[in-house]
Amino acid sequence: MFVEEADAKKLIAAAGFPVPASEIAHTPAQALAAAQRLGPVMVKAQVPTGKRGKGGGIVAADTPAQAEAAATTLIGSRLGDFTIERVLVEAKAKIVQELYAAVTIDPSGGTPLLILSTEGGMDIEEVHASSPESVQMIPIPLSTGLTFTNAAMAATATGLAAPIVRQLTDQLIQLYDLFRHYDAQLLEINPLAVVGDGSLVALDCKLVIDDNAVFRQTDLPPERPIGTPLELAAKEQDFLFVELGGDVGVLANGAGLTMSTMDLVTAHGGAPANFLEVGGMAYKRATPALALVLQNPRVKSLLVNLCGAYARTDVIAEGLIAGWKELKPDLPVAFCIHGTGEERAQELVRTELGIEPHETMDDAVRAAIQMAANQ
Amino acid sequence: MSSLFGSTPLGVLVQGITGSEGTYWTQQMLAYGTRVVAGCTPGKGGQDVHGVPVFNTVAEATVDTRVDLSIIFVPARFAKGAALEAFEAGVPNVIVLAEFVPVHDTMEMLESARNHGARMIGPNCPGVVFPGRDFAGIMPGWSDRLFAPGDIGVVSRSGSLGALINLNLVAAGFGQSAFLGLGGDPIVGTTFKQALELFDADPSTQAVVLLGEVGGPMEEEAAEFLATMTKPVVAFIAGQNAPEGKKMGHAGAMVSGGKGTAQSKMDALRAGGAKVARVPSEIVELLREA
Repeated sequence: MFVEEADAKKLIAAAGFPVPASEIAHTPAQALAAAQRLGPVMVKAQVPTGKRGKGGGIVAADTPAQAEAAATTLIGSRLGDFTIERVLVEAKAKIVQELYAAVTIDPSGGTPLLILSTEGGMDIEEVHASSPESVQMIPIPLSTGLTFTNAAMAATATGLAAPIVRQLTDQLIQLYDLFRHYDAQLLEINPLAVVGDGSLVALDCKLVIDDNAVFRQTDLPPERPIGTPLELAAKEQDFLFVELGGDVGVLANGAGLTMSTMDLVTAHGGAPANFLEVGGMAYKRATPALALVLQNPRVKSLLVNLCGAYARTDVIAEGLIAGWKELKPDLPVAFCIHGTGEERAQELVRTELGIEPHETMDDAVRAAIQMAANQ
Repeated sequence: MSSLFGSTPLGVLVQGITGSEGTYWTQQMLAYGTRVVAGCTPGKGGQDVHGVPVFNTVAEATVDTRVDLSIIFVPARFAKGAALEAFEAGVPNVIVLAEFVPVHDTMEMLESARNHGARMIGPNCPGVVFPGRDFAGIMPGWSDRLFAPGDIGVVSRSGSLGALINLNLVAAGFGQSAFLGLGGDPIVGTTFKQALELFDADPSTQAVVLLGEVGGPMEEEAAEFLATMTKPVVAFIAGQNAPEGKKMGHAGAMVSGGKGTAQSKMDALRAGGAKVARVPSEIVELLREA
């Protein structure tokens, strides 16, 4: 779950992490009023993506009139896949130096990872590529957490002046604690800026929370849904669904098999319309799953690929057939069914739908592509 | 680290044995020959499930019984507690089946495994099968279409793709020394590299089939190990057209910031000396040539 900057800053500020003074504005009038209170400001679009600056979503405003104008331009306009519904009006800081500080998960070691760089305010991947010596990557064992010693060593290694190092040390530990508290996959402060009075302030904050842990987090803002309308409808129904640009609808069981089925469609010159896996689900869910795939107007044929191990293909087939009879789609469909329950599943498809399942995945894929092309 | 391989069946503990999944799969495992020596569900100590004695805690279950492996059939929210209990009781191998385990819980489980010198497999995995000997998990070890005793080590992040390939292998006359389901999460207890090390050291394995997918660095890290590996490896990577930033079913199957693409994995494995199949049906051909 992506926590937008304004909300993320509220959470870290509540824990004592320094952030600039700011107000949220939903209208240009609110932005005007905020700027009157705050002085020169940055007007920042609040959408759940990165790289807002590059998209024109962050605008400097030296006067309240400029802040109002910026808000007028931004609010209601599109930035990437999102409509800007609110902006953060934030007091402009006198930036002396920009650092990068983040806590994320090291996928190799399976532990939290502290990333600290003196090249803040830029894309950290680019910095890592061009000047790796300026980036420290420090795995943090869970049993000790980020110790004062390790935090101090990291902070000192930046070469900054002692008063900054002291603040930075404390802030790195705060960041780690927040990372753990919020079940975060990423807590990134970029830039963490040294400002005019010598203090270190978070000028941006990106917080991504593990979707599997949202159930146990109590002070999160409502999640802004990310995805196409079809993907969001699928999410509402607890389906794992990704919309793609092609015309061959794909239904398979298990994530790996579904991905491979899509790969095979592309390998044979076709284009999958979606990722949707139907394994491990109760009999009753086949109908809404089918309905989702069919809702995509681009779908011209359907490919059903079942390979059951844990999943019983005959149970899934029963559900799909019931769904087919209810929805009566006017679409050609190709089946390939193997594994647990295959004989019964194949027989059901034959007798109830009058369709002969294909022997191999390749045959079924080729058939589905051909049928889509013929439509 | 305690061995999973060999001719002696493992002593298996089933955590969450009294739940519907735990009960069903205990019956299947017993029927196949798995030595399910004990089960655990807090509050149900003293009962038995298909003849297997049930205890309240792992510690109680292991007092008089040697447990080589524990398999955890509990919902995602409770997986960490169950796993930590097992590691603390000295169980050397723990399989966590649940999908949707919070990643911070997984990191804590992994830390506990390391601190206790134990091995974790999963989470979000289908378990392990040693054809002809035993199985622990939710793969139908008894299906002779999917599994046959043999010398191919099969290791997969996905259970369903594993099923397809196992089916193809058996149909082509091959058999497995073992099937290891590693799981679809971004952090898992046993990696491809560790699985390759296990297969390389196992005398009954002659070649390995590695089934990867997009997301994370696991396949690239395994590729580094290939240089020292003595046995041939055939690999396939699913998700060749996965779009940026979308989870392809598995929490760990995501291309992020251009990293973790199927192409990068295929290139790395090829460079390391593995034969890489473009499509699943090529795997058998490549294995025959190996």
